[in-house]
Amino acid sequence: MNNMDGKIAFISGGARGLGAETARMMAACGARVIIGDLLDDAGHATAEGIINKGGGALYTHLDVTAEESWQAAVKAGVDKFGGLDVLVNNAGIFFMKSTEDMTLADWRRMCAVNLDGVFLGTKTALPHLKARAAKAPVGGSIINLSSIAGIIGIANFTAYHMSKGGVRIYTKACAIEFAPYRIRVNSIHPGLIETDMAKQVVTELSGAMGSDNAVRDMFVQSHPIGRIGEPKDIANGITFLASDDSAFMTGSELVVDGGWTAQ
Amino acid sequence: MNRVDGKVALISGSARGLGAQTAKVLAAGGAKVVIADILDDLGQQTAAEIGSAAAFVHLDVTSEESWQAAVKFAAEKFGGLHILVNNAGIFRRQTTEETSLADWRLMTAVNLDGVFLGTKSALPVLKTCAAKDPVGCAIVNLSSVAGLVGSASGAPYCMSKGGVRIYTKACAIEFAPYRIRVNSIHPGLIDTDMGRDVIAQMAGPGGTAANNAVRDALISWHPIGRIGVPMDIANGIAFLASDDAAFMTGSELVVDGGVTAQ
Repeated sequence: MNNMDGKIAFISGGARGLGAETARMMAACGARVIIGDLLDDAGHATAEGIINKGGGALYTHLDVTAEESWQAAVKAGVDKFGGLDVLVNNAGIFFMKSTEDMTLADWRRMCAVNLDGVFLGTKTALPHLKARAAKAPVGGSIINLSSIAGIIGIANFTAYHMSKGGVRIYTKACAIEFAPYRIRVNSIHPGLIETDMAKQVVTELSGAMGSDNAVRDMFVQSHPIGRIGEPKDIANGITFLASDDSAFMTGSELVVDGGWTAQ
Repeated sequence: MNRVDGKVALISGSARGLGAQTAKVLAAGGAKVVIADILDDLGQQTAAEIGSAAAFVHLDVTSEESWQAAVKFAAEKFGGLHILVNNAGIFRRQTTEETSLADWRLMTAVNLDGVFLGTKSALPVLKTCAAKDPVGCAIVNLSSVAGLVGSASGAPYCMSKGGVRIYTKACAIEFAPYRIRVNSIHPGLIDTDMGRDVIAQMAGPGGTAANNAVRDALISWHPIGRIGVPMDIANGIAFLASDDAAFMTGSELVVDGGVTAQ
């Protein structure tokens, strides 16, 4: 667990899953957190859960594909807590489609959420991150959720791979671009993690493999460590990258995949 | 800072530099630490600075007997071993043309044999402790940015660090059933005795002016605008060694101020 005292963090897609776990962990480490999501009820509930434990949290509606939505969400967070030190571009979608089955509209939907969302979040948060980083002892930090799907390929996950590969290298370019502003930018690459999105991955594959259990067993065996990940495995990694303990890390890939891509 | 309460760590090459800083961070995080090094005086001094949570043992990483004695010492002194940090290493600025077979073999002896022997010697104790631990045990191997990209003047060093990088992944797969995680860390240039020696070897006989010019060039090589400090790497090692990295194995923690992102 890494110290986040005094930091203000914005987490897209923070209503549930990895984003919610990250928000809870950062709050437990001393940060104030802004949760942006499309899912208003779940987002309010996550923020209230943090506040009830004595933490600082705000929920704000966010459609990551819309620039105005990002501007309104970031403004709400900055108005509430006074600035931004950390941005976690966590929101993302998954669907399974072969290239032959995929339409241009499918492809563009993946780009809109998983790539435009990261760009717009970065661009919108940047002025606020710059302002605080200039005065902070170490600086600001952006963490982008890529995936092992940004490192290796799997059949029929094509569009998802494209988006996560894009995030992986966009992260490195931003790291170089924002280094003079004292803003570090790193990516995190989860394996399969026990979340609603993972359940969707399992369901989409189960048709081809016979049952959810068969898919689940296949995924457990794909991770040499012998299990699927838990949200806190990823939240710990994001918190490390957000904290000053990773002060000399920028443009790096934190692979948290139970050994999947080491093979 | 990541907690490592109740764990016992052995750190090779920890009399000074990154190893010593790592020992201090792990001890501050709640671990017992064994400082292992060929530099007896400095090693004892580092252990004394840390206090009762630390003990020094002589270690020549190129010798299997020396490793066995060091691991036995750790297990007897603190009752087990949960974390092995294969940190000891040497750097030589040598092109292929300048490198003799003896030079090459010295590099493999320290930077590769040292990691293998440490891993092999510690493995039985790590396995036993991992079987009883809620999360398991961890090995952290010091690779380098030189294990990721090549440089014109350090082929043997790059070879050794590239070897450590992939040996780490192979061990990660091999030891996963034992609940032992194995990860590598890849520092950029860090301000240690070795880091200053790298600068001196690159500067050659040009004195302070040449030294400063090399230092400035190396600072601008890091997009983040500085060279690293030992704490930057010690924090990364402590994260990998802690249960906070419970789902990480076979991974590369690149802590290089953006050098290899370019």
